[in-house]
Amino acid sequence: MADVTVRVWRGNAQGGAFHEYRVPVEEGMVVLDVLHRIQAIHANDLALRWNCKAGKCGSCGAEVNGHPRLTCMTRMNIFTPGETITVAPMKTFPIIKDLVTDVSFNFQVAKKIPAFQSRPPDAPDGSWRMMQEDIDRVQEFRKCIECFLCQNVCHVIRDHEGKKQHFAGPRFFVRLAELEMHPLDTGTRTGLVKEFAGIGLCNITKCCTEVCPEHIRITDNAIIPLKERVVDEHYDPVVWLLRKVLGKR
Amino acid sequence: MAIEAVKHAGDRGAAPTALRKDAWWVQPALTVLGLGAFIVYSTWAAFQNAYYYADPYLSPFYSPCVAANCQHLTVQLVGSWWTWSPAFLILWAPGVFRLTCYYYRKAYYRSFWWAPPACAMPDARRGYDGETSFPLVFQNIHRYTFYLAVLFIVILTWDAILALRFPDGFGVGVGTLVLWVNVVLLALYTFSCHSCRHLCGGHVDIFSRAPFRYRIWHRLSMLNERHALFAWLSLTSVGLADLYVRLVAMGILRDVRLL
Repeated sequence: MADVTVRVWRGNAQGGAFHEYRVPVEEGMVVLDVLHRIQAIHANDLALRWNCKAGKCGSCGAEVNGHPRLTCMTRMNIFTPGETITVAPMKTFPIIKDLVTDVSFNFQVAKKIPAFQSRPPDAPDGSWRMMQEDIDRVQEFRKCIECFLCQNVCHVIRDHEGKKQHFAGPRFFVRLAELEMHPLDTGTRTGLVKEFAGIGLCNITKCCTEVCPEHIRITDNAIIPLKERVVDEHYDPVVWLLRKVLGKR
Repeated sequence: MAIEAVKHAGDRGAAPTALRKDAWWVQPALTVLGLGAFIVYSTWAAFQNAYYYADPYLSPFYSPCVAANCQHLTVQLVGSWWTWSPAFLILWAPGVFRLTCYYYRKAYYRSFWWAPPACAMPDARRGYDGETSFPLVFQNIHRYTFYLAVLFIVILTWDAILALRFPDGFGVGVGTLVLWVNVVLLALYTFSCHSCRHLCGGHVDIFSRAPFRYRIWHRLSMLNERHALFAWLSLTSVGLADLYVRLVAMGILRDVRLL
């Protein structure tokens, strides 16, 4: 059993500081285990949010050595022996206490996205028919666990506070792509994607994809296809003309 | 237990800013070096207006050669009034294709703009409008530059076919292989493009009603996963193909006939 030095940010909305703790670690531990050990040994008032400890609830996001990560999925053996580990709260969201942040911005955005609008049932019993190839693409988006690490790392939200009211963020581009590409959904959201969600503010630097613990290819499979759909609707004169001539939407 | 004080960070509480201590600057630095080297070399090569044809090889920087002053005319579209390098008449098209490419946008926004320089590192500039205003709103023309890029693939394939035709008949030289490898890598880069993937099938919501477009989209998606790799490989190959033709034309290298 070796000891590890961990610097944990502690404080509240008014301010705070890094506190340094030294705790024993064992093989197989993750950063969340270390934080629990700090709670048990040194600081039983350390606030952190966690639930499943299996990378599925999305609660324990933090910045470990500056990288947005789920602490329950960050194994201690990725660090160099003797390295001091820094754990800080997600920078983008207001701090409540220690590692716990107020992520309600995301729920406010979620409320503004129109719900699924299904076409009429395909069969008299009220059911629908879909082929596997129809649904494969949107199933990737359903893997999202709403940990909001992508929202946290997105520089539009993180570094440009004034843009937050005009920008939904990567998690909600995933949601919009899921609805927009769903074979049963009849809603059209490209106007919403351009105006309310502000997709033009995204400069596709792919940090959201890099931090996603579910390995959703957010930029390639959600954001860029949405950008292309916005181009179809708003920037492509040939597509516009074809729609006029052929009378298609 | 030691306590280290940090500065407060305004109204968002005291969450510390950049905490990364790893070598986050390596990737942007390599991108600046790689893209910078290509821009310098290609600009120099375009200004040379010489040594771009070594029978039967035509440098991809000068193909199609469309001015009357070409060493090896592909098709004459511009008269003898054009006295500058014919490379300037065509290089803008692949240049704009790469400039508006979704991969290169990521690369240069990070490396040159520092918006952001790396994940979880702060933007260099306080103001930010993304791609919503002039000139970056013109990134949305990428699909049109893709159409032009496809035309270039056709022309460069024709050049690669001509590279099999030596004065004494059919043959294969090292230069032939260089031009073929180059056009294959350029084609992989062009057809793995995100706009291509969208136009060929990505715009469809119900794939089972468009099985042909689904099959194309599915295959292009596999290519698309390696778009960044193809971007760098093709950038390198097109530069090396020009360099090879140039060295052969200058007599510094002797083209070895394999067949």
